[in-house]
Amino acid sequence: MTTATETTGGKISLLRVLGPGHVWGLGVGIVLVGEYMGWNFSVGKGGMIAALIACWVAGLLYTCVAMIDSEVTSTVAAAGGQYAQAKHIVGPLMAFNVGLFLVFAYTMLEAANAWTLGFLVQTVSGMMGVTGPDGAAVTLFDKPFIVLTIIFLAWLNYRGVHTSLTFNMVITAIAFIAIIVLFLAVQPWSNDVLKHAELMDGKDGLLPYGWLGVIASLHFGLWYYLGIEGTTQAAEEVRSPARSLPLGTMTGMITLLLAATMTWYICAGLMPWEYLGTAATPMFDAARLTGSTPLMVLLFIGTVFATLASANGCINDASRAWFSMGRDRYLPEWFGAVHPVYRTPYRAIVFLVPLAVIFACYVPLDQIITFSILSGLLGYTFMAFNVIMFRNKWPLGSISRGYVHPLHPLPALVLLLLCATTYFAVFLGYGAQLLAMMVFYIVASLWFHFHRYKYVRRGDQFTMQWPRPLGH
Amino acid sequence: MTNFEMLEYGAWGLSGILGLWMLFDMIRTDRSYSEDLLTSSREGEIEDKIGGVQ
Repeated sequence: MTTATETTGGKISLLRVLGPGHVWGLGVGIVLVGEYMGWNFSVGKGGMIAALIACWVAGLLYTCVAMIDSEVTSTVAAAGGQYAQAKHIVGPLMAFNVGLFLVFAYTMLEAANAWTLGFLVQTVSGMMGVTGPDGAAVTLFDKPFIVLTIIFLAWLNYRGVHTSLTFNMVITAIAFIAIIVLFLAVQPWSNDVLKHAELMDGKDGLLPYGWLGVIASLHFGLWYYLGIEGTTQAAEEVRSPARSLPLGTMTGMITLLLAATMTWYICAGLMPWEYLGTAATPMFDAARLTGSTPLMVLLFIGTVFATLASANGCINDASRAWFSMGRDRYLPEWFGAVHPVYRTPYRAIVFLVPLAVIFACYVPLDQIITFSILSGLLGYTFMAFNVIMFRNKWPLGSISRGYVHPLHPLPALVLLLLCATTYFAVFLGYGAQLLAMMVFYIVASLWFHFHRYKYVRRGDQFTMQWPRPLGH
Repeated sequence: MTNFEMLEYGAWGLSGILGLWMLFDMIRTDRSYSEDLLTSSREGEIEDKIGGVQ
C-alpha cells in the first residue's frame, strides 16, 4: 500500500490504487451477507415460493440498477457515487437527499452486520456447553464484539483504501466459495439431503399468504442484492474508472444472482418455512442440519467473513458519501478532509462510528434492516429518473461514456415499477416506519433548502467537463 | 475471572485501543497540517477516455 504523502500542487486527494477486482470485492462484499442472513425474512412474509419469486424479481430490479449505474458512473467518476450523479444531472436538493440515502443505507447495513456478528459469537459460545456456578448455560455477551467489529473495520478503513478493499476482496471470495461448497455438499442433483417436495407440500408450504404474500416478500427480497450499487463510491480511487466500474459492477451482479439462487435452493430444501422465515443465520443453520462439522466450520467462517466484508464495504461507502457532501459544503466543510498520509476521508470515517454503534446496540435488527432497505429504495427510485434525465440532457454521442446500457428506457421503467411495488410491500409490514422516514427526509430537505444551501460552493460543485445540456 | 469474561474484556480493550488510536491520530493530523491543505481535495475527473463510447 502506498502511504507516502503525495500532494500535487499543495493539494491532497484520494489515492487511485484500486482495480476491477477491488470493485467486485466492494460490491459483492457489501451484499453477500444478504445471502447469509436477512433474505429469509421474505420467506416469513410469503412462504418459500414467494421468496424465490422475490429473489428473481429483486434480481431483475438490481440488474436494471447495475446497468443504469454503470452507464452514468462511467461518466461521473467521483467519490459519492449517486450523490455526485444527482448533483450534475438533477440538482442540489436531489443530491443532498441522495447523499443522505447513501449514508443511512450503508451505515444501517453496517450496524446490521455488526449485530449479526455479535449474535453469531453468542450462539457459538452457547454451543460450547459452558455452565456457570449455578449450572445454567453461559454465553458470551454480544455487545463487546459488536463494538469491536465496527471500530476495527473503521480503523482498517482509516489506514488506507488499498489494504481495506484487498482484505474485502479476499474474505468475500472465501464467503462465496463457502456457499458453492455447501451447495455441492447437499447434492442438488439428488433428493438424499434436500427435501423440497416434503417441505413445500400443500398450500402452506408454497404460498401460505397467497399472492399478497409474494408482494410482501419483496421487502426482504431486496436483501439478496442490496448494496451492489456501492461500487460507484470507489470512483475516485480506481485506476481506470470508465473500465473498472462497469466491469466490477456487472460481474458482481452475476455473482450475486448465482449466490442468491443457490442460497434459496439449499435452505428451502432443509428447513420448514416457519423456521426459515425467522432464522437469524439461515446458512449456518443449513450447515448444522447437514450434520457435518467441517461444513459447520466453513459456513461459520463464511458468515463471519460475509458480515465483516459487508460492514467493511459499508464503512468505505458511507464515509465517501459523507466526505463528498462535506467537500461540496452540503455538510460542514470539516468533513471534506483527506488524511495526508493514508489518503482516506478520515474525519468522515470516525464521525460515522458512533452512529453505527448506537443502532447496532440499541435498535431491533428488523428495524435497522428496514431503515437500510428504505434508504436504498429511495436511491433506486432516484436512479430511474436520473438516467432518463441524463439521456435527455446528454444524448448518446454528446459525451464520452465508458458503458452504454441497452434497451433504454425499458430498464428505467422496469426499475420504477418494481420500486413502486416494493414501497407497497414495505408499507404492508412497516407502514409507520416508512412514514417516519419520509418525515425525516422531508425535514432534512427543508433544513438544506432554507439553511445549508447558502454555504454551498455553487460554482465549484460541477466538475465534469461536459457540454451544456440539450435545450439549455 | 472466566475465559468468557476475559474474551469480553479483551474485546472492550481492543476496541478502546483502536478507537483511541484513531482519535489521537486525527487530533495529531489536524494540528500538524493546515486546514486548507487537508480540505484541498476536489472532485475527480475521468482520466481514461480511451475505450470510451462516443
